[in-house]
Amino acid sequence: MTAFTLDITLFAVKLALVFFVILTLAAYLVFAERKVLAWVQDRKGPNRVGPYGLLQPLADLIKLLTKEDVVPSGADRWLFYLAPAMAAIPAILIFSVIPFGAPLTIYGRTLPLVVADLNVGLLFFLALSSIAVYGVAIGGWASNSKYALLGGIRGLAQLISYELSMGLSLVPIVMLSHSFNLTDIVAAQESVPFIVYQPLAFIIFLLSITAECKRIPFDLPEAEGELVAGFHTEYSGMRFGLFFVGEYINIVVLGGLAATFFLGGWHGPLFPPAVWFSLKTLAIAFFFIWMRGTLPRLRYDQLMHLGWKVLTPLALLNILATGWWLALK
Amino acid sequence: MQIVSDIQAILGGFRVTLAHMLRKPVTIQYPEEKRPPYPRYRARIVLTRDPDGGERCVACYLCSAACPVDCISMQSTESKDGRRYAAWFRINFSRCIFCGLCAEACPTMAIQMTSDYEICKRDIMDLLYEKEDLLIDGCGKDATYNFYRHAGIGISQPRGSGTEETKPVDARSLLP
Repeated sequence: MTAFTLDITLFAVKLALVFFVILTLAAYLVFAERKVLAWVQDRKGPNRVGPYGLLQPLADLIKLLTKEDVVPSGADRWLFYLAPAMAAIPAILIFSVIPFGAPLTIYGRTLPLVVADLNVGLLFFLALSSIAVYGVAIGGWASNSKYALLGGIRGLAQLISYELSMGLSLVPIVMLSHSFNLTDIVAAQESVPFIVYQPLAFIIFLLSITAECKRIPFDLPEAEGELVAGFHTEYSGMRFGLFFVGEYINIVVLGGLAATFFLGGWHGPLFPPAVWFSLKTLAIAFFFIWMRGTLPRLRYDQLMHLGWKVLTPLALLNILATGWWLALK
Repeated sequence: MQIVSDIQAILGGFRVTLAHMLRKPVTIQYPEEKRPPYPRYRARIVLTRDPDGGERCVACYLCSAACPVDCISMQSTESKDGRRYAAWFRINFSRCIFCGLCAEACPTMAIQMTSDYEICKRDIMDLLYEKEDLLIDGCGKDATYNFYRHAGIGISQPRGSGTEETKPVDARSLLP
């Protein structure tokens, strides 16, 4: 085997592994969410399909795939078809810049455990999370339904507002690590994770990513009880499934980013690096589910107030304070 | 400060949900675990017999009159000894709301509610219970009661032979 084919093979294996793990994890996160929410409510949760209900995601997948694919009359057909993909694909793409383990050495060559080691990784993430907004907005608009439209508008406003505070909360990270490259950011946290220096930025980032993946208490674009199901009201079958799985891929990916930016990425004692990364990511995901079981939905004006009048100014002040601190050091 | 108490309140909420997460679920997994029903649980209706083994039902139609959903129907007839009984007796369990008014109305304690709540059928016509499906070989809740020991006397047995009955008075003996 030549060096070139070896490279290609290793890359393909890595890519397939990442895809498999991310999609499986997203499916099982649905299961985990149902379980944890059940426990919060003193129930048992799904336990009928397979041992402990572990085959439930598979059953859900079969159900979604065999459902009728309904396109509402008067819908903008092609945009309607496009929107679920636009919601799910950017979420998967973001993972390509996240380093999920220490570089491996196989056959005398180092294999970095990151799909694309971009030197603008952080900006790439911000750009893709902006594209994910289109999935919500176009899905809501193309459905030709008032609920979906209202959900789409809300989603648009919310995601744009919180993207600002999310981006600003990451500026101190860049200032501390002197890099946009996520591998460098992780390397800069080898001794101390950035959450120690930047607890405020961590909280702002956590709240912003909760709003970014439209989770309770920021689930206004979906808001069952107000808007039926918000922007995906009119979607059925696997198109709805794509929105759904996109949301959970988003949780995995944003949890991974929170781990990368603030919790020291794959650094940690005793366990192998990939295990540490998974643990941190899953801890953030668990927190999201826990939060869903605890908090009620915010009102729309409260959401905007929190985003524009609290989180964004705080993030700006945090940047100033960090700059001042770095200048003094 | 307001914000401190607000944050404390939110953290308190998180603590409560965490505590509930660690608590044992209250779920009863029905087909495997069954909760024992209470003694006076009202489910499937039966027709009982008196301690001597005869049918208690005297086909008086009071149960079908009391039934708010009209699910009980019957045809009364008389046996050779003059006792009334139901020629046929039918309860439509697809209509029954298990209110227990029939059992309350019954003067002979023939119709009674049992705690057997698992009456589901594939075919709705199977929920039509005829007399032979309803009749059981026992007294049900009131084991010693026999209607014809207290009433209906003169038909099934001579006058003055009931348990709470004195002998009929000879009117002539009361003459001055």
